[in-house]
Amino acid sequence: MQYSPQLEQRFQKLVSQYPWKRSALIPLLLYAQDEVGYLSDEVIADIAKRVELTELEVRNVISYYSLLRTRPAGKFVVQVCTNISCMLRGAEEVFEHCERRLGVGHKQVTKDGTFSLEEVECIGACSWAPAVQVNYDFHLNVTPETMNKLLDDYQNKTRQ
Amino acid sequence: MADVSITVDGKKVTAPAGTLLIEACKSAGIEVPAFCYYPGLSVQGACRMCLVRIEKMPKLQTACTVPITDGMVVTTDTPEVVQARKATVEILLGNHPLDCPVCDAGGECELQDMTFTYGAAESQYMEAKQHEPEQQWSPVVFFDRPRCILCYRCVRVCGEGMDVWALGVQNRGVTSIIAPNQQDHLECEECGMCIDICPVGALTSGAYRYKTRPWEMNHVGTICTHCGDGCKTTLGVRRSKGGMEIVRGDNRDKSGINGDFLCIKGRYAFDFANSEDRITQPLLRREGRLVPVSWEQAIDHVATRFKEVRDAQGGNAIGVIGSNRTTNEENYLLQKFARSVLGTNNIDHHRTADYPGFAKAIAGKQNITATLRDTMTAPAVLLIGSDPTEQHPLLAWNLRTNLRIHNGRIYIVNSRDVKLRRQARAFARVPGDGGESSFVRYLAGQDNGRQLESGELSRDALTKFRDQLNDEKELIVIFGSELRGDDISVLVNWGSSRGAKFICLGDYANSRGAADMGLYPDLLPGYTALDRGSRFTEEYGGAAQAVRGLDIGGMFNAAANGKLGALYVVGSNPIARYNVNPFTLSKTFVVVQDMFLTETATTAEVVLPAANAYEKGGSFTNTYGDVQMLRKAADVAGVRPDFELIVRIADRMGADVRKLVPFGKGLRADMGQSRGAQAGEADRHLVWLAARNLEPKLSPFDPEALLDEIQRLVPGYNVSRLQLFSGNEVHTFAPEQSSLTAASSPESIVPANDTLFTSGTLGRYSNTLNSVIENRRAAPAESEIPAD
Repeated sequence: MQYSPQLEQRFQKLVSQYPWKRSALIPLLLYAQDEVGYLSDEVIADIAKRVELTELEVRNVISYYSLLRTRPAGKFVVQVCTNISCMLRGAEEVFEHCERRLGVGHKQVTKDGTFSLEEVECIGACSWAPAVQVNYDFHLNVTPETMNKLLDDYQNKTRQ
Repeated sequence: MADVSITVDGKKVTAPAGTLLIEACKSAGIEVPAFCYYPGLSVQGACRMCLVRIEKMPKLQTACTVPITDGMVVTTDTPEVVQARKATVEILLGNHPLDCPVCDAGGECELQDMTFTYGAAESQYMEAKQHEPEQQWSPVVFFDRPRCILCYRCVRVCGEGMDVWALGVQNRGVTSIIAPNQQDHLECEECGMCIDICPVGALTSGAYRYKTRPWEMNHVGTICTHCGDGCKTTLGVRRSKGGMEIVRGDNRDKSGINGDFLCIKGRYAFDFANSEDRITQPLLRREGRLVPVSWEQAIDHVATRFKEVRDAQGGNAIGVIGSNRTTNEENYLLQKFARSVLGTNNIDHHRTADYPGFAKAIAGKQNITATLRDTMTAPAVLLIGSDPTEQHPLLAWNLRTNLRIHNGRIYIVNSRDVKLRRQARAFARVPGDGGESSFVRYLAGQDNGRQLESGELSRDALTKFRDQLNDEKELIVIFGSELRGDDISVLVNWGSSRGAKFICLGDYANSRGAADMGLYPDLLPGYTALDRGSRFTEEYGGAAQAVRGLDIGGMFNAAANGKLGALYVVGSNPIARYNVNPFTLSKTFVVVQDMFLTETATTAEVVLPAANAYEKGGSFTNTYGDVQMLRKAADVAGVRPDFELIVRIADRMGADVRKLVPFGKGLRADMGQSRGAQAGEADRHLVWLAARNLEPKLSPFDPEALLDEIQRLVPGYNVSRLQLFSGNEVHTFAPEQSSLTAASSPESIVPANDTLFTSGTLGRYSNTLNSVIENRRAAPAESEIPAD
């Protein structure tokens, strides 16, 4: 498995950092997912070897965390929080709007591969509910209208 | 650890500190129900069934995770605990399908039992149960997901117990599932331990599923007929059109030498017995073709021809080849028949280990052999050669358990990367050809070990390895067929001065028994040299002689030169095993007793259909020297035990059968019916015998009549009958009590080289083993199993 030189270096440092190599498993998975986009069979096999676990054990961990995915996602992962605070302030409308606009549902990817949509549990931004996270960026006090604009902006980014 | 006392339900219980509460309760006869807790595996704390009240602790505690401490006061029977158990069962049943009437586990399901004992009569759950279709993970493992109660026993036994780690848990919370290592299928040792340990019917066996219900079978605990470890397997048998058919193998009573363990062969590879290819009628060659004849005709023909050859050309024109899978009694009888009735020492068997060399090395020493059970608790074990994971699965299990539970130190010397090296404290990779032998000489200080050094074994590592071994005070040394003849003597001389004990590994279920019972051209039973066998020759009568006979190679040479008039082959396939040209035997009268038309059987003039070890009584000695009783489980119409066949041939030859099998000596048939208070009562002894498929020693076909003689005459076999008949294994001491001074020829040893999925002739006729091998070929395996 070929990663970028920076990531490769990071991996080697992480693996050597802990008394037990398996302690580095979750950071390895996260960084690999950020670079590759998802945890492919190839990535899983490679990481299993690095931390001296069976592939099955790596898969067990991946399946435990909803943040880790084994299928490709869109370029922009739109995560709409629908927990209590966000729900009370209209998150469900936001989510339904995204569904209509993007034509996909929960955990699905648009045909062009630009967006994937997810309904997620609390992302810790209750004070500014409803909150949406796109990749690592937060968007606060979202309404269907601002959501629309947000998606336009991201759509434009792909054209540049 | 020091003992501590606790109070459980007002009862004082004393146990070592650190004992888990659930075990302490068990020792006091108080049952604390549990699903996920399993003795010998790591603690899980998943099922919440074992909740108890411990004073001064805020909430109910799980008894399987709490170690006892002094003065602990525990209650297990209060309404609070009863209610907690009810609620737990209710939750476990929340998604569990109520398909008990079709489930394989129905009738022997722990969840069923617990629901009856501790559960509530009705459920408050209204939600629909989630259904998932069943999945096939391998030819022998099926998974029915909704039945799973997530106790994780399978995951732990596969990982910790088997060191295979093929099962895992995916997702979390209520959506957790058990997952196989190849996403939709399993790649593993196919031992079936996960199925056996499953408390419900979530994991089921491909060989048994939907075939019958547990209560429709008879369960017979007998000894597995595959490798040389001698596991007890409980065979579930059911009436079928041909007699009694084996439908299941497991170790449900766990009373055997193997405890919880069984490998794929003991669990599934009984199916050779049900093979359609079995011979069920005697066959006689007429005009070049084998045609079915009556037993009378077949036996008569064999006896007449044997007699003709013996009387015309002398006994030495007859060869006898015995089996590694017939009982001790049959082996003993066969050599006695050869030596006294046929009048020849031309008797041999397929040798897989140098037992005579072992006997010569340890003759006269005390406390020199270890039992199979010892390997689980020994502080240190040195394993030279062999690959127990493939060839002695129970030994491998014992060594793994030893490390896990008793912190045993395992040292391994091998020319291959055996899987057990993962458990080894030190591993010495030696060169392939004779490396084990050189190592022994290095260990004994006879050699500088230069040729052992390699990229994988440095001088320093080698020296350290030897120093570690020299420091071990209580060592068990286990060696495979790589070591023969003088190697064994050198090893024993090195180890016995340090108080080490030894184990010699042979390959088949009764290889050791065949050796102990004297299936050698130069050795009488108990490794007795021919010129020292007066106690046998006196009993056997004048016909027995003191001249060394022919071994298998010699017999085939004699046949090629036209000097072998007759060959009697019992349960063996020398033509395939030794790659003999079948035309060698064209001038020899060949009789074969076997289950199948093997390469050897097809050259025979008479083929007699034989029963296998699951279809008869008798005893087996495993390669460690532990003797155990077989119990008859199955029955196939038309076949006969080898014992009966030998006796009938001897009888028809005009021999005095009473001399051959000392049956009915002084016994009358009245065994209780006419005696005082017992008069009129059913004959209890007879009932007892019948229940065990034994006959009173009134019959010349009763192997036990010969067991008497074996115990009387064979050194080291005078063991406790009480232990033996209770179904326990008893250690015998034939090699160490022998008086052997000269070694037999070790060059005729041919290791069986079976893997987990092969088992000589039996494996060829086992659909299960073949389907597993086929399945592997279909799926590109990561690393092939070594073909040797």
